[in-house]
Amino acid sequence: MVHGEIWTVKELFVTPNEYIYWSVQIVMYPFMTGLVAGAFVLSSLYHVFGIKELKDIARFALVFSFALLFVAPVPIVLHLQHPLRGINVIMTSHFTSAIAAFGIVFSGYGAIVASELWFLYRKHFVDVALPLKEKKDKTLGEWFTFLVFCTLTLGVYDVSEESLHRDEKAIKVLAGIGIPVACFLHGYAGFIFGSVKANALWMTPLMPVIFIMSAIVSGIALCMLTYIVTMEIRKLMAKRKSAAAPRHETHEELQSAEINVIKMTAKYLLFFLVFAISLELLDLIFRGYTATKSWDVLRSVIYGKDFTSIFILQYGIGNLIPLILFLTPGLTIRRAVIGVMFVLFGVFMMRWNVVIGGQAFSLTFAGYMHYHLPVIPHNIETLKEGLFGALGVFIMPFVLFYFMVKIFPVFGVKESH
Amino acid sequence: MKNHVFRPLWAVIGLIVLVLLIRFFYVPKDFGVHERGYMYGWYRKSNIEDWTKVTVKYQGKEYCTACHPDKIESIDRTPHAIIQCENCHGPALEHPSEPPKLAIDRSRDQCLRCHAKLAYPSSGRAQIRGIDPDKHNPDVECVMCHNPHKPSLEGMK
Amino acid sequence: MISRRDFLKNTAKAVAGISIPVAALEILSPARVQAIKADSSVRWAFLVDTYKCVGCGFCVKACKLENEIPYDANATRTWVERYVLTKDGKLYADTPKGARDGFISTKVDLGMGNFQDIKKEDIKKAFFVPKLCNQCDNPPCVQVCPVGATYQAPDGVVLVDRTWCIGCGYCIMACPYGVRFFHPKYHTAEKCNFCYHRISKGLKTACVQACPFGARQIGNIKDPNDPVAKTITTERVGILKSEYGTKPQVFYIGLDEEVR
Repeated sequence: MVHGEIWTVKELFVTPNEYIYWSVQIVMYPFMTGLVAGAFVLSSLYHVFGIKELKDIARFALVFSFALLFVAPVPIVLHLQHPLRGINVIMTSHFTSAIAAFGIVFSGYGAIVASELWFLYRKHFVDVALPLKEKKDKTLGEWFTFLVFCTLTLGVYDVSEESLHRDEKAIKVLAGIGIPVACFLHGYAGFIFGSVKANALWMTPLMPVIFIMSAIVSGIALCMLTYIVTMEIRKLMAKRKSAAAPRHETHEELQSAEINVIKMTAKYLLFFLVFAISLELLDLIFRGYTATKSWDVLRSVIYGKDFTSIFILQYGIGNLIPLILFLTPGLTIRRAVIGVMFVLFGVFMMRWNVVIGGQAFSLTFAGYMHYHLPVIPHNIETLKEGLFGALGVFIMPFVLFYFMVKIFPVFGVKESH
Repeated sequence: MKNHVFRPLWAVIGLIVLVLLIRFFYVPKDFGVHERGYMYGWYRKSNIEDWTKVTVKYQGKEYCTACHPDKIESIDRTPHAIIQCENCHGPALEHPSEPPKLAIDRSRDQCLRCHAKLAYPSSGRAQIRGIDPDKHNPDVECVMCHNPHKPSLEGMK
Repeated sequence: MISRRDFLKNTAKAVAGISIPVAALEILSPARVQAIKADSSVRWAFLVDTYKCVGCGFCVKACKLENEIPYDANATRTWVERYVLTKDGKLYADTPKGARDGFISTKVDLGMGNFQDIKKEDIKKAFFVPKLCNQCDNPPCVQVCPVGATYQAPDGVVLVDRTWCIGCGYCIMACPYGVRFFHPKYHTAEKCNFCYHRISKGLKTACVQACPFGARQIGNIKDPNDPVAKTITTERVGILKSEYGTKPQVFYIGLDEEVR
């Protein structure tokens, strides 16, 4: 079978080699990189612009962004027909291709986030490594911990006030550089689609900007969601432990901190959400107004075949309802949770409608292709590029985050920058 | 006091050097910018030669004439002269050494490629004599009555 | 006396410092780029006469066998499209298995198990259009390849390096003509390459040789005595989707406005 044949159904006039080649993993890829960029921008709002209320979530967002960073290449690796040759993108980069930017941008961005994390957690590494260094009889576990944290210090053990002050300045610089790099990270993903003149739906200069805006939206939303979840867990633990160990924050303290942070972050979420919606609507209006050659088939896809997917799921549930939920006064945690979950769903549907929607019509403009997401995997291909592959990718950052928090703790760190 | 701030930068540079080292061994030496410039000519030069080395399967009518001149002569007197032998007999490859015998496509569908009547004005198809496949002896192979090497209706069995 | 630690540190710094510009120079050496601006005397071009094409599909079958594309796979390096325009202004078009088995029925394949039988009296015009890779002068597929696996040879043919292609599919998405696909066995990008192994030996492409009606022809557009070059330069010919700026090198005689 030709790749793509198993999940494509052709209708009317479609040329023989046309299939839905870019399926669910290519939907996941911009979704995950969007979360990376968005989480980083959120963290930078505190480090660069000094918005104090975001201090708690900033540290959290940075570590989460790092966890997401490792997950972002996974959909690509699952999609590639020759995944082991993936390094060719870095070895013989053809920079006339937007995808070739992947190697440089990702590595650059990874270096920035890793460096920023190093400055942020340097003192913690030293605090863990030094006592273990002194200890004579280390258990195997302690030996391993010592090795990891010793390496992480990069040989720097100076934790004087002056050096910590330098750390802060370095963080500020990195966070500042990181914002345009994060924008580039997702802008290039939008460029991958927007520059394909052969695809009538993708081809628009607005694509990189739309992608960046919705990426930031998704990143902020995800951080808000994970923040709320972890705060709820901490509140639960605080309730149980308040009698036994009163050194942790009380339930009430956590509650009030939580709602303030959420209200603050929600404002930024709304700003970018409105921007993203405006751009998408602008694109749609322009297409309808200018009515070029492809408009007939695009209209039949947008207003016909994909109407539910675009207007009900993406714009309705993903954009309109969250707008109402966040703009109505008296925001509660519960409303915020529903709001961000719908926002994340909306961003995912946007990726879906662009990637799959762009392949819903034939190059002949006289035929259609229907995508059937493989649910039950029959072979490696339908597993990799099916529902379980996509779910696996979605769950991975949370799993990674759990392990990362052991090295980069995000809660209870009093002396933080 | 030495500035520790640049420590991560050295680590990153170290990684870049490592990648360049791997690249030196991994990328073939003839990979580079060739004739058409970086945009259209960024490739491994020896690949062109790889493609020229693919085996030729279809040898063409000239190849068949050497051993089967009688067949060629007889079909050349008919309208089927324009059809390559290999279109019905399959690619010659190294015949007669390999394969020793060529499979002949005697199926009904083979003849219908041209002779299923499609009255399409402005296409050469309309000029070809044909039949309605559903009505003209639908279950019988054409070669039962017609000889592809002597397709005139007078040459019928 | 310099300490061992400092010596090693400085050496490491020096090596690191030099390796980056040296690597860059190797990748983009000016001397290299200058030397290879060779001007080829051959530029392959293709001529299709849609009046002569009868839709027999011998070209598609020959191509599959010559180029080892799995016979039953639903992908082909070349194909033939049928266009039937009816008197009530509708277009019916199909390409059953890429016309590997020709067109043997008046019923037009509408996909999903539906067919449309069109009566002779209702037809305004109907014709066949063979399609193949246009070996464009500005190939968008080559532009978007992230690794340099697909490229344009000096004689104009666009080739794919099967040992280097990572299978991302970007070139397939970038081709406006839909000529590319993933090879079912090699899992690399695949497309018509003008039977490069044949034309480089002075033979015709498999499809040109197989066509009984002379609807397909290949030639060297740079040779003024070449019959194909003569037709292209002196007679009225059309190209597909010129609005994309790809500068395709497959020319059509009798290209109708309804052709996609």
